[in-house]
Amino acid sequence: MVLEVKDLKKSFEEKCVIDGVSFKIQKGKIVGLLGKNGSGKTTILKMINDLLTIDSGEILVCGETIGVKTKAMISYLPERTYLDNTKTISQVFDFFQDFYADFDRCKAEQLLKELDLDINARLAKMSKGMKEKVQIVLVMSRNAKLYILDEPLGGVDPSTRDHIMKTILSNFSDDASMLITTHLIADVEKILDEVIIIDKSKIVLSGNADELRKKEKKSIDEIFRRIVK
Amino acid sequence: MGYDFDNDTPIYLQIIEHIKMQIINKEFLPNDKLPSVRELSFQYGVNPNTIQKALQELEDIGLIFTERTNGKFVTSNLEIIEKIRQETIDNIIDDFFDSMLKLGLSRNDVMKILNKR
Repeated sequence: MVLEVKDLKKSFEEKCVIDGVSFKIQKGKIVGLLGKNGSGKTTILKMINDLLTIDSGEILVCGETIGVKTKAMISYLPERTYLDNTKTISQVFDFFQDFYADFDRCKAEQLLKELDLDINARLAKMSKGMKEKVQIVLVMSRNAKLYILDEPLGGVDPSTRDHIMKTILSNFSDDASMLITTHLIADVEKILDEVIIIDKSKIVLSGNADELRKKEKKSIDEIFRRIVK
Repeated sequence: MGYDFDNDTPIYLQIIEHIKMQIINKEFLPNDKLPSVRELSFQYGVNPNTIQKALQELEDIGLIFTERTNGKFVTSNLEIIEKIRQETIDNIIDDFFDSMLKLGLSRNDVMKILNKR
């Protein structure tokens, strides 16, 4: 098991935002964590990445509790950019190379070419879609065990979405696993093995994407709209 | 990503139908090697596990076979291909008649229209 989340709970002051969430991700699977804004998706991801503490419950990544070891195994794309706007792509690559032992610079440079980006371009001069591509390149160029992508398609146009999805798919090895959150369900659902739908701090539905389609004769997008109101 | 899926139907079933079609219309000939799972995953823009599942089913019905370490190939058994072709034709015709009957046409009406074409 690459990721195990057991009876996770989290409150901010008095407000409970995650109320007993449990799920598992097996090796080689791409799992979609789906929920409305404010449903707790990002909070779960932050706890897996040790950016927020857990109130109760347990998270294991490849059998390890959250800490330095698990951070090295996870490649995380946060919802908001953390990159320094004054740097060029090449400088950001240098930084990643220093910081992550599993960063494959050759791969990153090749992906950059495929996405038609100039390695000497400065981030400050890039559009939102271009920056999103740079971040995907960074995240997918690490040889991680678990990739966690928080809204990888947020705010980019449909053609850039296609490029990003292609990059994700063609660089995902079956030794790894992936957890993706998105509200653009229709765009992402065909790459998902499994879906977890959360609403009001709890999991309301989870299962294999194709089996859910078969059972409900509906797309994941429609199933989501029906149960999350 | 060059394939439009209908998200209401399991994607692996749609891939099965698409590959069957390619075998029936001879885009893939008997004994042809199929692209790898990775290539197909990229072509269809879907998860590799979904491709695996589709290929497994095609293998179960005998339309393709695996050669260890070498990849997957279209069967050389023409009877199986003919059987699948016939099934596909029957399915399409059944669906067509269903739709026509829903429109209130009788079998005879439908035959008359077809003959006029």
